[in-house]
Amino acid sequence: MATKNMYTFFLRRLHSITGVLPIGAFLAEHFFTNSFAMFGPEVYNSKVEFFMGLPYILMIEIALIWIPILFHGVYGFYIIYTGDASAFRYRFARNWMYVLQRVTGIIAFLFICYHVYATRISGLVTGQHVSFELVQRSLQNPAILAFYILGIVSASYHLGNGLFGFFITWGITIGEKTQKVASVFCVLVSAGLTVFGLAALSYFV
Amino acid sequence: MGDKNIRLKIKRQENAASEPYWEEFVVPYTPGHNIISVLMEIQRNPVNSKGDKTTPVVWECNCLEEICGACTMLINGQVRQACSALVDTIGTDITLEPMSKFPTVRDLHVDRQAMFEALKKVTAWIPIDGTYDMGEGPRMAPKDQEEGYRLAKCMTCGCCMEACPQFNSHSTFLGPSPIAQVRLFNLHPTGAMHRRDRLETLMGEGGIAQCGNAQNCVRMCPKEVPITKTLAELNKDVNRYGILGLLKK
Ligand code: HEM
Repeated sequence: MATKNMYTFFLRRLHSITGVLPIGAFLAEHFFTNSFAMFGPEVYNSKVEFFMGLPYILMIEIALIWIPILFHGVYGFYIIYTGDASAFRYRFARNWMYVLQRVTGIIAFLFICYHVYATRISGLVTGQHVSFELVQRSLQNPAILAFYILGIVSASYHLGNGLFGFFITWGITIGEKTQKVASVFCVLVSAGLTVFGLAALSYFV
Repeated sequence: MGDKNIRLKIKRQENAASEPYWEEFVVPYTPGHNIISVLMEIQRNPVNSKGDKTTPVVWECNCLEEICGACTMLINGQVRQACSALVDTIGTDITLEPMSKFPTVRDLHVDRQAMFEALKKVTAWIPIDGTYDMGEGPRMAPKDQEEGYRLAKCMTCGCCMEACPQFNSHSTFLGPSPIAQVRLFNLHPTGAMHRRDRLETLMGEGGIAQCGNAQNCVRMCPKEVPITKTLAELNKDVNRYGILGLLKK
């Protein structure tokens, strides 16, 4: 047998894992910690101080968040390029979800770029890291608020529907009935995350 | 139905290198037509709807009972077999196009060689030829036979390939049906001797990881081959062999 080029296989599997761990887990954690905003600016700001004061915080962020998202996003764009969406011709729910998985991935990528710049990179440059007031002020701009809502909905759908693919990629949901149960579960995850994320956002406006 | 004519709009192409064009035909309605018999009417009297004499439309067909897959084409935009597409069910306004994912040979006739190349790549057979008689093969559990039979119904028609968003000219993906066939031959006790080779091929370029879970394949398969279930099962096999296998190195 000729030697086979298995890079694609391992990259795709890595893309699949990074979508759930760490990125998916981080998304849920991020919605959770931002929910501290419900207790008001002081509590929220003290939590920000706590996270910013963690040892090796920048290294943790780079290794567990920035690199995985960058990899998943960039390789995600390559995966999108290799596909040919056909949802207008073959109008099945799964086919639409395949298209939406790609659309929400692109939206999430654009949003994350903006969000990381506005709340983290700019802070690294000016030395003035994010606070309740800073987020509140920027959300007074309706365009930014709309972008946040779109970003949260997109990321929530993308993770929920991504889990459906993840369960197949890892050979967990095999039969038709099992996949049907999984698809209901994944819709619930998407809906739950959307509500959870928008609730966290609402404490700032 | 009341309509006296069947109107056809056919995407035609002189040869592999030429540009496609549309030509319309009108065939008198009689009950019981399928797409093949309508095409035969055009063949008998190759005159287009403007009344101009033209070349007969070329297509492929063979079994006429949805068993061979040769007459697969796009009928009103959906991929299916022409023989089982009945005018009385689909209506008298009909658009025919060749499949878009395979090179056109002429008119509705395409070259599906890519599927056969993919089947060769995944060793979709059981190599038993040798220099001596290897004796009887092992018995196979009836449950495995049943599962194998459902996969063996694949007629390589190309419906799943045509509907798959991941199988196209800018992707190396081998396509749903050739990959699903791996399970048929790995399931067989003698075929299983080459199980590792097949799984390694599925880990290679164009392999199973390039599936995008759009699941059009299983929806468009005329033979009800459980493609998505089989691919999920193969995902498990490939992960176990390829990833857990790394620990054995
Ligand atoms: C909020 C951040 C993100 C999360 C939580 C996330 C999560 C996931 C998960 C869990 C999967 C399923 C993996 C699988 O099928 O096995 C996935 C797939 C995918 N993601 Fe993301 N992702 C995120 C951001 C992005 C970005 C920025 C892009 C870039 C455009 C992207 C593009 C894709 C694509 C194209 C797929 C489908 C892959 C395939 O069909 O194999 N994702 N994502």
